[in-house]
Amino acid sequence: MADPILEIRGLSKSFGALKATDDVTLDLRPGEIHALIGPNGAGKSTLIKQVTGEIAPDAGEVRLSGRSLAGIDAAGRARLGMARSFQVSSVAAEFTVMQNVVLAAQGASGVTFRFFRPVMRDEGLAGRARDCIAQAGLSGREAVPAAELAHGERRKLEIAMALALEPRVFLLDEPMAGMGSEGATALGDLLDRLRHRAPILLVEHDMDAVFRLSDRISVLVYGRVVATGTPDEIRGNAEVQRVYLGEEA
Amino acid sequence: MSPVEQIPAAGSEPMAAAPARPSRATLVNAALGLGLLAFGLGAWAMGEVFMVTLATKVAILAIAGAGLNLVLGYGGLVSFGHAAYFGLGGYTAGILAHHALNYTPLFEWPFLFEGTTSMPVIWLTAMVIGALAAAAIGALSLRTTGVYFIMITLAFGQMIFYFAISWPAYGGEDGLPIYVRNGFPGLDTLDPLHFFGLVWAVLMAVLGGIAMLARSRFGLALQAARQNRQRLMAVGIRPGGVLLTAFVISGAITALAGALYADLNRFVSPSMLSWHLSGELLVFLILGGTGRLFAPLAGAGLYIALEHLLGGVSDHWQFFFGLLLLAVVLFARGGVIGFLAGGKRHG
Repeated sequence: MADPILEIRGLSKSFGALKATDDVTLDLRPGEIHALIGPNGAGKSTLIKQVTGEIAPDAGEVRLSGRSLAGIDAAGRARLGMARSFQVSSVAAEFTVMQNVVLAAQGASGVTFRFFRPVMRDEGLAGRARDCIAQAGLSGREAVPAAELAHGERRKLEIAMALALEPRVFLLDEPMAGMGSEGATALGDLLDRLRHRAPILLVEHDMDAVFRLSDRISVLVYGRVVATGTPDEIRGNAEVQRVYLGEEA
Repeated sequence: MSPVEQIPAAGSEPMAAAPARPSRATLVNAALGLGLLAFGLGAWAMGEVFMVTLATKVAILAIAGAGLNLVLGYGGLVSFGHAAYFGLGGYTAGILAHHALNYTPLFEWPFLFEGTTSMPVIWLTAMVIGALAAAAIGALSLRTTGVYFIMITLAFGQMIFYFAISWPAYGGEDGLPIYVRNGFPGLDTLDPLHFFGLVWAVLMAVLGGIAMLARSRFGLALQAARQNRQRLMAVGIRPGGVLLTAFVISGAITALAGALYADLNRFVSPSMLSWHLSGELLVFLILGGTGRLFAPLAGAGLYIALEHLLGGVSDHWQFFFGLLLLAVVLFARGGVIGFLAGGKRHG
Protein backbone atom coordinates (compact mmCIF):
# COMPACT_ATOMS: atom_id res chain seq x y z
CA MET A 1 0.00 0.00 0.00
CA ALA A 2 1.25 3.47 -0.89
CA ASP A 3 2.41 5.71 1.90
CA PRO A 4 -0.29 8.06 3.13
CA ILE A 5 -0.01 11.70 2.03
CA LEU A 6 -1.77 13.06 5.09
CA GLU A 7 -1.55 11.48 8.52
CA ILE A 8 -3.51 12.57 11.56
CA ARG A 9 -2.21 10.94 14.72
CA GLY A 10 -3.71 11.06 18.19
CA LEU A 11 -5.21 14.49 17.66
CA SER A 12 -7.08 15.90 20.66
CA LYS A 13 -8.67 19.26 21.34
CA SER A 14 -10.87 20.35 24.22
CA PHE A 15 -12.86 23.51 24.70
CA GLY A 16 -13.33 23.62 28.47
CA ALA A 17 -15.05 20.38 29.43
CA LEU A 18 -16.06 19.62 25.84
CA LYS A 19 -13.83 17.16 24.01
CA ALA A 20 -14.23 18.41 20.44
CA THR A 21 -11.54 16.08 19.10
CA ASP A 22 -10.74 12.94 21.06
CA ASP A 23 -7.61 11.01 20.06
CA VAL A 24 -8.37 11.01 16.34
CA THR A 25 -6.10 9.00 14.07
CA LEU A 26 -6.74 8.69 10.36
CA ASP A 27 -4.89 9.03 7.09
CA LEU A 28 -5.34 9.94 3.46
CA ARG A 29 -3.73 7.82 0.75
CA PRO A 30 -2.84 8.80 -2.80
CA GLY A 31 -5.81 8.91 -5.15
CA GLU A 32 -8.48 8.31 -2.56
CA ILE A 33 -11.50 10.13 -1.29
CA HIS A 34 -11.73 9.67 2.44
CA ALA A 35 -15.03 10.95 3.77
CA LEU A 36 -15.56 12.19 7.29
CA ILE A 37 -19.15 11.85 8.43
CA GLY A 38 -20.91 12.27 11.71
CA PRO A 39 -23.88 13.97 13.29
CA ASN A 40 -23.93 17.74 13.73
CA GLY A 41 -21.58 18.77 16.48
CA ALA A 42 -19.42 15.66 16.09
CA GLY A 43 -16.37 17.87 15.66
CA LYS A 44 -15.77 17.53 11.93
CA SER A 45 -15.08 21.21 11.29
CA THR A 46 -12.93 21.46 14.41
CA LEU A 47 -10.88 18.53 13.14
CA ILE A 48 -10.48 20.13 9.70
CA LYS A 49 -9.36 23.41 11.30
CA GLN A 50 -6.64 21.60 13.23
CA VAL A 51 -5.45 20.02 10.01
CA THR A 52 -5.38 23.37 8.19
CA GLY A 53 -3.67 25.08 11.11
CA GLU A 54 -6.45 27.50 11.98
CA ILE A 55 -6.62 26.12 15.52
CA ALA A 56 -3.86 24.34 17.42
CA PRO A 57 -4.50 20.87 18.83
CA ASP A 58 -3.90 20.10 22.51
CA ALA A 59 -2.16 16.86 21.63
CA GLY A 60 -1.24 14.77 18.61
CA GLU A 61 0.13 15.77 15.25
CA VAL A 62 -0.60 16.20 11.58
CA ARG A 63 1.91 15.08 8.96
CA LEU A 64 1.97 15.97 5.28
CA SER A 65 4.08 13.65 3.11
CA GLY A 66 5.83 12.51 6.27
CA ARG A 67 6.64 16.02 7.45
CA SER A 68 5.22 17.24 10.77
CA LEU A 69 3.19 20.42 10.44
CA ALA A 70 3.57 21.45 14.08
CA GLY A 71 4.28 25.16 14.34
CA ILE A 72 3.28 25.93 10.75
CA ASP A 73 0.35 28.35 10.43
CA ALA A 74 -2.54 28.17 7.99
CA ALA A 75 -0.76 30.26 5.34
CA GLY A 76 2.35 28.10 5.58
CA ARG A 77 0.32 24.90 5.24
CA ALA A 78 -1.51 26.31 2.24
CA ARG A 79 1.83 26.94 0.59
CA LEU A 80 2.80 23.34 1.29
CA GLY A 81 -0.17 22.30 -0.82
CA MET A 82 -2.97 22.00 1.67
CA ALA A 83 -5.95 23.29 -0.28
CA ARG A 84 -9.22 23.76 1.50
CA SER A 85 -12.73 24.88 0.81
CA PHE A 86 -14.94 26.33 3.48
CA GLN A 87 -18.27 25.18 4.84
CA VAL A 88 -19.69 28.58 3.98
CA SER A 89 -18.25 29.74 0.65
CA SER A 90 -15.31 31.99 1.31
CA VAL A 91 -14.01 33.97 -1.66
CA ALA A 92 -13.14 37.60 -2.28
CA ALA A 93 -16.65 38.70 -3.22
CA GLU A 94 -15.72 41.92 -5.04
CA PHE A 95 -13.06 40.25 -7.14
CA THR A 96 -13.87 38.56 -10.40
CA VAL A 97 -13.55 34.82 -10.76
CA MET A 98 -10.25 35.41 -12.54
CA GLN A 99 -8.88 37.68 -9.80
CA ASN A 100 -9.79 35.15 -7.13
CA VAL A 101 -7.98 32.32 -8.90
CA VAL A 102 -4.98 34.50 -9.78
CA LEU A 103 -4.79 35.38 -6.07
CA ALA A 104 -4.59 31.68 -5.24
CA ALA A 105 -1.94 31.10 -7.91
CA GLN A 106 0.00 34.04 -6.50
CA GLY A 107 -0.27 32.53 -3.03
CA ALA A 108 1.10 29.24 -4.31
CA SER A 109 3.99 31.05 -6.00
CA GLY A 110 4.99 32.43 -2.60
CA VAL A 111 5.74 35.83 -4.14
CA THR A 112 3.41 38.62 -2.95
CA PHE A 113 5.74 41.54 -2.24
CA ARG A 114 6.03 42.75 -5.82
CA PHE A 115 4.88 46.32 -6.26
CA PHE A 116 5.36 47.33 -9.88
CA ARG A 117 4.13 44.93 -12.55
CA PRO A 118 0.37 44.44 -13.00
CA VAL A 119 -0.48 41.03 -11.61
CA MET A 120 -3.38 40.40 -13.99
CA ARG A 121 -0.96 40.67 -16.92
CA ASP A 122 1.38 38.09 -15.45
CA GLU A 123 0.93 35.38 -18.03
CA GLY A 124 2.37 32.71 -15.76
CA LEU A 125 -0.29 33.28 -13.11
CA ALA A 126 -3.07 34.07 -15.58
CA GLY A 127 -2.41 30.97 -17.66
CA ARG A 128 -2.51 28.74 -14.65
CA ALA A 129 -5.63 30.45 -13.36
CA ARG A 130 -7.45 29.94 -16.67
CA ASP A 131 -6.44 26.29 -16.57
CA CYS A 132 -7.86 25.80 -13.09
CA ILE A 133 -11.04 27.70 -13.96
CA ALA A 134 -11.54 25.39 -16.94
CA GLN A 135 -10.95 22.28 -14.84
CA ALA A 136 -13.49 23.46 -12.30
CA GLY A 137 -16.01 24.00 -15.09
CA LEU A 138 -16.21 27.78 -14.88
CA SER A 139 -14.83 28.70 -18.30
CA GLY A 140 -16.52 31.79 -19.72
CA ARG A 141 -17.25 33.17 -16.26
CA GLU A 142 -13.77 34.66 -15.69
CA ALA A 143 -14.90 38.29 -15.70
CA VAL A 144 -17.91 37.83 -13.41
CA PRO A 145 -17.58 39.24 -9.88
CA ALA A 146 -17.72 36.44 -7.33
CA ALA A 147 -20.63 38.15 -5.58
CA GLU A 148 -22.75 37.65 -8.69
CA LEU A 149 -22.08 33.92 -9.02
CA ALA A 150 -24.78 31.38 -8.31
CA HIS A 151 -24.23 29.29 -5.20
CA GLY A 152 -22.99 26.24 -7.12
CA GLU A 153 -20.66 28.37 -9.20
CA ARG A 154 -19.12 29.81 -6.06
CA ARG A 155 -18.43 26.26 -4.91
CA LYS A 156 -16.70 25.62 -8.22
CA LEU A 157 -14.71 28.82 -7.77
CA GLU A 158 -13.44 27.51 -4.45
CA ILE A 159 -12.39 24.31 -6.21
CA ALA A 160 -10.61 26.34 -8.91
CA MET A 161 -8.76 28.27 -6.19
CA ALA A 162 -7.83 25.01 -4.48
CA LEU A 163 -6.49 23.69 -7.79
CA ALA A 164 -4.40 26.83 -8.29
CA LEU A 165 -2.62 26.10 -5.00
CA GLU A 166 -0.91 23.09 -6.62
CA PRO A 167 -2.55 20.91 -3.98
CA ARG A 168 -1.05 17.86 -2.36
CA VAL A 169 -4.29 17.28 -0.46
CA PHE A 170 -7.78 18.70 -0.72
CA LEU A 171 -9.73 19.39 2.46
CA LEU A 172 -13.28 20.03 1.38
CA ASP A 173 -15.75 21.07 4.07
CA GLU A 174 -19.26 20.26 2.82
CA PRO A 175 -18.71 21.23 -0.80
CA MET A 176 -22.19 20.09 -1.75
CA ALA A 177 -24.08 21.94 0.97
CA GLY A 178 -26.98 23.89 -0.44
CA MET A 179 -26.69 22.48 -3.96
CA GLY A 180 -29.53 20.88 -5.85
CA SER A 181 -29.26 17.19 -6.67
CA GLU A 182 -28.20 17.95 -10.24
CA GLY A 183 -25.45 20.29 -9.09
CA ALA A 184 -24.34 17.83 -6.44
CA THR A 185 -24.06 15.06 -9.03
CA ALA A 186 -21.96 17.24 -11.33
CA LEU A 187 -19.73 18.31 -8.44
CA GLY A 188 -19.40 14.66 -7.42
CA ASP A 189 -18.14 13.81 -10.90
CA LEU A 190 -15.64 16.66 -10.61
CA LEU A 191 -14.39 15.38 -7.24
CA ASP A 192 -14.06 11.91 -8.74
CA ARG A 193 -11.62 13.35 -11.27
CA LEU A 194 -9.81 15.60 -8.78
CA ARG A 195 -8.83 12.68 -6.55
CA HIS A 196 -6.18 11.76 -9.08
CA ARG A 197 -4.59 15.21 -8.76
CA ALA A 198 -4.53 14.99 -4.98
CA PRO A 199 -6.45 12.89 -2.46
CA ILE A 200 -9.53 14.41 -0.85
CA LEU A 201 -10.53 14.52 2.78
CA LEU A 202 -14.23 15.16 2.40
CA VAL A 203 -16.62 16.37 5.07
CA GLU A 204 -20.10 15.94 3.64
CA HIS A 205 -23.68 15.51 4.77
CA ASP A 206 -24.98 14.26 1.42
CA MET A 207 -24.90 10.51 2.17
CA ASP A 208 -25.67 9.44 -1.40
CA ALA A 209 -22.60 11.31 -2.58
CA VAL A 210 -20.44 10.05 0.29
CA PHE A 211 -21.26 6.41 -0.31
CA ARG A 212 -20.99 6.75 -4.09
CA LEU A 213 -17.65 8.60 -4.15
CA SER A 214 -15.66 7.50 -1.13
CA ASP A 215 -13.00 4.84 -0.99
CA ARG A 216 -13.08 4.97 2.79
CA ILE A 217 -15.35 6.55 5.34
CA SER A 218 -14.57 7.54 8.93
CA VAL A 219 -17.43 8.12 11.32
CA LEU A 220 -16.92 10.78 13.95
CA VAL A 221 -19.14 10.89 17.05
CA TYR A 222 -18.49 13.25 19.95
CA GLY A 223 -15.02 13.93 18.60
CA ARG A 224 -14.09 10.26 18.44
CA VAL A 225 -13.63 8.05 15.37
CA VAL A 226 -16.03 5.13 15.98
CA ALA A 227 -15.36 3.39 12.69
CA THR A 228 -13.23 3.60 9.55
CA GLY A 229 -13.79 1.40 6.51
CA THR A 230 -15.07 1.00 2.98
CA PRO A 231 -18.61 2.19 2.28
CA ASP A 232 -19.86 -1.41 2.52
CA GLU A 233 -18.15 -1.95 5.85
CA ILE A 234 -19.60 1.26 7.22
CA ARG A 235 -23.08 0.38 5.95
CA GLY A 236 -22.86 -2.95 7.77
CA ASN A 237 -21.35 -1.60 10.97
CA ALA A 238 -23.80 -2.04 13.82
CA GLU A 239 -22.46 0.77 15.95
CA VAL A 240 -22.56 3.22 13.06
CA GLN A 241 -26.12 2.14 12.35
CA ARG A 242 -27.03 2.83 15.92
CA VAL A 243 -25.33 6.17 16.52
CA TYR A 244 -25.62 7.76 13.18
CA LEU A 245 -27.28 6.32 10.14
CA GLY A 246 -30.21 5.01 12.11
CA GLU A 247 -30.89 8.35 13.68
CA GLU A 248 -30.80 10.45 10.59
CA ALA A 249 -31.89 8.16 7.77
CA MET B 1 -22.05 47.00 -14.64
CA SER B 2 -18.81 45.65 -15.89
CA PRO B 3 -16.23 44.37 -13.46
CA VAL B 4 -13.71 46.79 -14.90
CA GLU B 5 -15.79 49.59 -13.46
CA GLN B 6 -16.48 47.73 -10.30
CA ILE B 7 -12.87 47.41 -9.27
CA PRO B 8 -11.14 50.04 -11.35
CA ALA B 9 -7.91 49.88 -9.41
CA ALA B 10 -7.24 46.21 -9.77
CA GLY B 11 -6.97 45.91 -13.54
CA SER B 12 -9.87 43.55 -13.85
CA GLU B 13 -9.68 42.73 -17.51
CA PRO B 14 -9.01 39.03 -17.19
CA MET B 15 -7.56 38.62 -20.65
CA ALA B 16 -5.30 41.62 -20.19
CA ALA B 17 -6.81 43.25 -23.26
CA ALA B 18 -6.58 47.02 -23.41
CA PRO B 19 -10.05 48.55 -23.30
CA ALA B 20 -11.05 50.07 -26.62
CA ARG B 21 -12.46 53.21 -25.00
CA PRO B 22 -11.53 54.78 -21.69
CA SER B 23 -14.05 53.91 -18.99
CA ARG B 24 -16.23 56.53 -17.37
CA ALA B 25 -14.13 56.28 -14.22
CA THR B 26 -11.02 57.15 -16.26
CA LEU B 27 -12.77 60.17 -17.77
CA VAL B 28 -13.94 61.39 -14.36
CA ASN B 29 -10.41 60.98 -12.99
CA ALA B 30 -8.91 62.90 -15.90
CA ALA B 31 -11.50 65.65 -15.48
CA LEU B 32 -10.64 65.95 -11.77
CA GLY B 33 -6.88 65.99 -12.26
CA LEU B 34 -6.92 68.38 -15.21
CA GLY B 35 -9.71 70.41 -13.65
CA LEU B 36 -7.58 71.20 -10.63
CA LEU B 37 -4.66 72.16 -12.89
CA ALA B 38 -6.94 74.37 -15.02
CA PHE B 39 -8.39 76.00 -11.91
CA GLY B 40 -4.97 76.85 -10.56
CA LEU B 41 -3.69 78.17 -13.89
CA GLY B 42 -6.90 80.09 -14.54
CA ALA B 43 -6.84 81.71 -11.11
CA TRP B 44 -3.25 82.76 -11.68
CA ALA B 45 -4.05 84.19 -15.11
CA MET B 46 -6.83 86.27 -13.53
CA GLY B 47 -4.51 87.43 -10.78
CA GLU B 48 -6.45 85.58 -8.05
CA VAL B 49 -3.48 84.54 -5.96
CA PHE B 50 -5.65 83.42 -3.08
CA MET B 51 -7.44 80.97 -5.38
CA VAL B 52 -4.08 79.54 -6.49
CA THR B 53 -3.26 78.96 -2.84
CA LEU B 54 -6.65 77.34 -2.32
CA ALA B 55 -6.00 74.98 -5.25
CA THR B 56 -2.58 74.18 -3.76
CA LYS B 57 -4.23 73.37 -0.45
CA VAL B 58 -6.67 71.03 -2.19
CA ALA B 59 -3.80 69.22 -3.90
CA ILE B 60 -1.87 68.80 -0.64
CA LEU B 61 -4.87 67.55 1.32
CA ALA B 62 -5.60 65.18 -1.58
CA ILE B 63 -2.11 63.73 -1.22
CA ALA B 64 -2.71 63.20 2.51
CA GLY B 65 -6.08 61.61 1.70
CA ALA B 66 -4.44 59.41 -0.93
CA GLY B 67 -2.17 58.02 1.78
CA LEU B 68 -5.19 57.19 3.92
CA ASN B 69 -7.04 55.78 0.90
CA LEU B 70 -4.33 53.15 0.43
CA VAL B 71 -5.07 51.58 3.82
CA LEU B 72 -8.76 52.46 4.11
CA GLY B 73 -10.01 52.16 0.57
CA TYR B 74 -7.82 49.29 -0.61
CA GLY B 75 -6.92 47.56 2.66
CA GLY B 76 -10.13 48.21 4.62
CA LEU B 77 -8.30 49.62 7.66
CA VAL B 78 -10.15 52.55 9.24
CA SER B 79 -7.26 54.61 10.61
CA PHE B 80 -8.48 57.49 12.74
CA GLY B 81 -4.97 58.68 13.43
CA HIS B 82 -3.52 59.75 10.11
CA ALA B 83 -3.02 63.30 11.41
CA ALA B 84 -0.01 61.79 13.21
CA TYR B 85 1.85 61.23 9.93
CA PHE B 86 0.62 64.51 8.46
CA GLY B 87 1.87 66.39 11.51
CA LEU B 88 5.15 64.49 11.69
CA GLY B 89 5.78 65.41 8.06
CA GLY B 90 4.95 69.01 8.85
CA TYR B 91 7.23 69.13 11.88
CA THR B 92 10.01 67.48 9.85
CA ALA B 93 9.83 70.35 7.37
CA GLY B 94 9.49 72.91 10.14
CA ILE B 95 12.32 71.62 12.30
CA LEU B 96 14.78 71.12 9.43
CA ALA B 97 14.07 74.61 8.11
CA HIS B 98 14.14 76.12 11.61
CA HIS B 99 17.69 74.89 12.21
CA ALA B 100 18.90 75.84 8.75
CA LEU B 101 17.44 79.35 9.00
CA ASN B 102 18.79 79.91 12.51
CA TYR B 103 22.18 78.33 11.82
CA THR B 104 21.79 76.13 14.89
CA PRO B 105 22.88 72.53 14.55
CA LEU B 106 20.14 69.89 14.72
CA PHE B 107 22.77 67.40 15.84
CA GLU B 108 26.56 67.35 15.89
CA TRP B 109 27.17 63.63 16.03
CA PRO B 110 28.00 61.52 14.00
CA PHE B 111 28.30 64.53 11.71
CA LEU B 112 27.35 68.17 11.99
CA PHE B 113 23.85 68.72 10.60
CA GLU B 114 22.37 72.20 10.56
CA GLY B 115 19.05 71.33 8.96
CA THR B 116 18.14 72.04 5.37
CA THR B 117 15.83 74.15 3.27
CA SER B 118 15.93 71.77 0.30
CA MET B 119 12.50 70.32 -0.40
CA PRO B 120 13.73 67.03 -1.87
CA VAL B 121 15.79 66.34 1.27
CA ILE B 122 12.92 67.42 3.50
CA TRP B 123 10.43 65.25 1.60
CA LEU B 124 12.63 62.21 1.84
CA THR B 125 13.22 62.76 5.56
CA ALA B 126 9.51 63.32 6.18
CA MET B 127 8.62 60.13 4.32
CA VAL B 128 11.17 58.09 6.24
CA ILE B 129 9.91 59.46 9.55
CA GLY B 130 6.28 58.91 8.52
CA ALA B 131 7.12 55.36 7.47
CA LEU B 132 8.93 54.60 10.73
CA ALA B 133 6.08 56.01 12.82
CA ALA B 134 3.55 54.04 10.78
CA ALA B 135 5.63 50.87 11.16
CA ALA B 136 5.65 51.22 14.95
CA ILE B 137 2.02 52.27 15.27
CA GLY B 138 0.86 49.78 12.64
CA ALA B 139 2.72 46.85 14.22
CA LEU B 140 0.82 47.43 17.46
CA SER B 141 -2.52 48.55 16.02
CA LEU B 142 -2.81 45.72 13.51
CA ARG B 143 -3.13 43.25 16.35
CA THR B 144 -6.65 44.60 16.70
CA THR B 145 -9.52 44.90 14.26
CA GLY B 146 -12.72 46.88 13.83
CA VAL B 147 -13.60 49.51 16.42
CA TYR B 148 -10.51 48.68 18.47
CA PHE B 149 -8.29 49.45 15.51
CA ILE B 150 -10.03 52.81 15.06
CA MET B 151 -9.58 53.64 18.75
CA ILE B 152 -5.96 52.57 19.03
CA THR B 153 -4.92 54.58 15.96
CA LEU B 154 -6.76 57.57 17.45
CA ALA B 155 -4.94 57.05 20.74
CA PHE B 156 -1.52 57.02 19.08
CA GLY B 157 -2.43 60.14 17.13
CA GLN B 158 -3.44 61.95 20.32
CA MET B 159 -0.25 60.87 22.05
CA ILE B 160 1.85 62.56 19.39
CA PHE B 161 -0.46 65.61 19.45
CA TYR B 162 0.04 66.14 23.18
CA PHE B 163 3.75 65.51 22.85
CA ALA B 164 4.01 68.33 20.31
CA ILE B 165 2.01 70.67 22.54
CA SER B 166 4.22 70.01 25.53
CA TRP B 167 7.57 70.25 23.74
CA PRO B 168 8.69 73.88 24.06
CA ALA B 169 11.84 73.56 21.92
CA TYR B 170 9.77 73.80 18.70
CA GLY B 171 7.09 76.22 19.74
CA GLY B 172 4.85 73.93 21.77
CA GLU B 173 1.26 75.06 21.53
CA ASP B 174 2.22 78.17 19.54
CA GLY B 175 3.68 76.26 16.65
CA LEU B 176 6.79 76.88 14.60
CA PRO B 177 7.07 79.42 11.79
CA ILE B 178 9.06 78.82 8.59
CA TYR B 179 10.21 82.30 7.59
CA VAL B 180 11.11 81.49 4.00
CA ARG B 181 9.46 78.70 2.04
CA ASN B 182 11.87 75.85 1.42
CA GLY B 183 13.41 75.59 -2.02
CA PHE B 184 13.21 73.22 -4.95
CA PRO B 185 15.96 73.13 -7.59
CA GLY B 186 15.01 75.18 -10.62
CA LEU B 187 11.82 76.64 -9.15
CA ASP B 188 10.92 79.81 -7.32
CA THR B 189 8.78 78.18 -4.65
CA LEU B 190 7.64 81.54 -3.28
CA ASP B 191 5.88 82.10 -6.60
CA PRO B 192 2.38 80.68 -5.95
CA LEU B 193 2.19 79.28 -9.46
CA HIS B 194 5.51 77.46 -9.22
CA PHE B 195 4.57 75.97 -5.87
CA PHE B 196 1.12 74.98 -7.12
CA GLY B 197 2.60 73.29 -10.19
CA LEU B 198 5.08 71.42 -8.04
CA VAL B 199 2.41 70.21 -5.63
CA TRP B 200 0.11 69.23 -8.49
CA ALA B 201 2.89 67.17 -10.05
CA VAL B 202 3.56 65.45 -6.72
CA LEU B 203 -0.16 64.65 -6.39
CA MET B 204 -0.25 63.09 -9.85
CA ALA B 205 2.89 61.08 -9.11
CA VAL B 206 1.40 59.82 -5.84
CA LEU B 207 -1.88 58.84 -7.49
CA GLY B 208 0.03 57.16 -10.31
CA GLY B 209 2.09 55.25 -7.77
CA ILE B 210 -1.01 54.09 -5.91
CA ALA B 211 -2.64 52.99 -9.17
CA MET B 212 0.46 50.94 -9.91
CA LEU B 213 0.49 49.44 -6.41
CA ALA B 214 -3.18 48.54 -6.65
CA ARG B 215 -2.61 46.54 -9.83
CA SER B 216 0.46 44.72 -8.54
CA ARG B 217 0.68 41.39 -6.74
CA PHE B 218 0.88 43.34 -3.50
CA GLY B 219 -2.24 45.31 -4.39
CA LEU B 220 -4.22 42.17 -5.21
CA ALA B 221 -3.35 40.71 -1.81
CA LEU B 222 -4.10 44.03 -0.09
CA GLN B 223 -7.56 44.24 -1.64
CA ALA B 224 -8.19 40.60 -0.80
CA ALA B 225 -7.25 41.36 2.82
CA ARG B 226 -10.01 43.97 2.89
CA GLN B 227 -12.58 41.47 1.66
CA ASN B 228 -11.67 38.22 3.35
CA ARG B 229 -8.61 37.68 5.53
CA GLN B 230 -9.47 34.04 6.18
CA ARG B 231 -9.45 33.33 2.46
CA LEU B 232 -6.13 35.12 2.03
CA MET B 233 -4.62 32.85 4.70
CA ALA B 234 -6.09 29.83 2.96
CA VAL B 235 -4.23 30.65 -0.25
CA GLY B 236 -0.98 30.95 1.65
CA ILE B 237 -0.67 34.72 2.11
CA ARG B 238 -0.46 36.20 5.62
CA PRO B 239 -2.58 39.36 5.77
CA GLY B 240 -0.49 40.91 8.57
CA GLY B 241 2.60 41.63 6.51
CA VAL B 242 0.58 42.91 3.57
CA LEU B 243 -1.46 45.28 5.74
CA LEU B 244 1.57 46.53 7.67
CA THR B 245 3.43 47.26 4.43
CA ALA B 246 0.44 49.23 3.16
CA PHE B 247 0.29 51.10 6.47
CA VAL B 248 3.96 52.06 6.20
CA ILE B 249 3.62 53.30 2.60
CA SER B 250 0.48 55.16 3.65
CA GLY B 251 2.27 56.86 6.53
CA ALA B 252 5.07 57.96 4.20
CA ILE B 253 2.64 59.47 1.68
CA THR B 254 0.66 61.35 4.32
CA ALA B 255 3.91 62.64 5.89
CA LEU B 256 4.97 63.95 2.47
CA ALA B 257 1.69 65.86 2.31
CA GLY B 258 2.37 67.24 5.79
CA ALA B 259 5.77 68.56 4.69
CA LEU B 260 4.14 70.32 1.73
CA TYR B 261 1.39 71.72 3.95
CA ALA B 262 3.97 73.20 6.30
CA ASP B 263 5.58 74.92 3.34
CA LEU B 264 2.22 76.15 2.05
CA ASN B 265 1.42 77.88 5.33
CA ARG B 266 5.06 78.53 6.22
CA PHE B 267 3.96 77.48 9.65
CA VAL B 268 3.63 74.22 11.61
CA SER B 269 1.40 73.84 14.62
CA PRO B 270 0.01 70.99 16.72
CA SER B 271 -3.33 71.45 14.92
CA MET B 272 -1.79 69.47 12.05
CA LEU B 273 -1.64 66.56 14.48
CA SER B 274 -5.14 66.91 15.89
CA TRP B 275 -7.87 64.33 15.48
CA HIS B 276 -9.93 66.90 13.58
CA LEU B 277 -7.53 66.47 10.72
CA SER B 278 -7.73 62.68 10.92
CA GLY B 279 -11.48 63.09 10.69
CA GLU B 280 -11.27 65.48 7.75
CA LEU B 281 -9.16 62.99 5.81
CA LEU B 282 -11.81 60.32 6.43
CA VAL B 283 -14.50 62.77 5.30
CA PHE B 284 -12.62 63.43 2.04
CA LEU B 285 -12.67 59.74 1.24
CA ILE B 286 -16.32 59.24 2.17
CA LEU B 287 -17.27 62.28 0.06
CA GLY B 288 -15.12 61.27 -2.87
CA GLY B 289 -15.86 57.54 -2.78
CA THR B 290 -13.72 55.31 -0.59
CA GLY B 291 -11.35 53.10 -2.53
CA ARG B 292 -11.58 55.16 -5.72
CA LEU B 293 -8.17 56.31 -6.86
CA PHE B 294 -9.20 59.97 -7.22
CA ALA B 295 -11.56 60.03 -4.22
CA PRO B 296 -9.19 62.09 -2.07
CA LEU B 297 -8.97 64.79 -4.76
CA ALA B 298 -12.74 64.88 -5.33
CA GLY B 299 -13.39 64.91 -1.58
CA ALA B 300 -10.77 67.49 -0.66
CA GLY B 301 -11.83 69.71 -3.57
CA LEU B 302 -15.48 69.58 -2.57
CA TYR B 303 -14.65 70.13 1.09
CA ILE B 304 -12.46 73.17 0.48
CA ALA B 305 -14.91 74.62 -2.05
CA LEU B 306 -17.80 74.29 0.38
CA GLU B 307 -15.74 75.67 3.24
CA HIS B 308 -14.98 78.68 1.09
CA LEU B 309 -18.47 79.18 -0.35
CA LEU B 310 -20.62 78.23 2.64
CA GLY B 311 -18.16 79.80 5.04
CA GLY B 312 -18.80 83.11 3.29
CA VAL B 313 -22.54 82.78 3.86
CA SER B 314 -22.66 81.44 7.39
CA ASP B 315 -20.30 80.87 10.27
CA HIS B 316 -22.14 77.62 10.84
CA TRP B 317 -21.22 76.20 7.47
CA GLN B 318 -20.22 72.91 9.03
CA PHE B 319 -23.85 72.29 9.96
CA PHE B 320 -24.84 72.39 6.28
CA PHE B 321 -21.77 70.41 5.39
CA GLY B 322 -22.88 67.78 7.89
CA LEU B 323 -26.21 67.52 6.11
CA LEU B 324 -24.39 66.92 2.82
CA LEU B 325 -22.21 64.26 4.39
CA LEU B 326 -25.30 62.58 5.79
CA ALA B 327 -26.88 62.60 2.33
CA VAL B 328 -23.77 61.03 0.79
CA VAL B 329 -23.61 58.30 3.41
CA LEU B 330 -27.33 57.55 3.12
CA PHE B 331 -27.92 57.89 -0.61
CA ALA B 332 -24.62 57.89 -2.49
CA ARG B 333 -22.34 55.40 -0.80
CA GLY B 334 -19.97 55.50 -3.76
CA GLY B 335 -19.35 59.19 -3.07
CA VAL B 336 -18.91 61.80 -5.79
CA ILE B 337 -16.92 59.49 -8.04
CA GLY B 338 -19.32 56.62 -7.56
CA PHE B 339 -22.13 59.00 -8.49
CA LEU B 340 -20.37 60.30 -11.61
CA ALA B 341 -18.63 57.17 -12.81
CA GLY B 342 -21.20 54.58 -11.79
CA GLY B 343 -20.48 51.17 -10.45
CA LYS B 344 -20.36 50.19 -6.86
CA ARG B 345 -17.08 50.03 -5.09
CA HIS B 346 -18.24 48.07 -2.09
CA GLY B 347 -20.81 45.32 -2.32
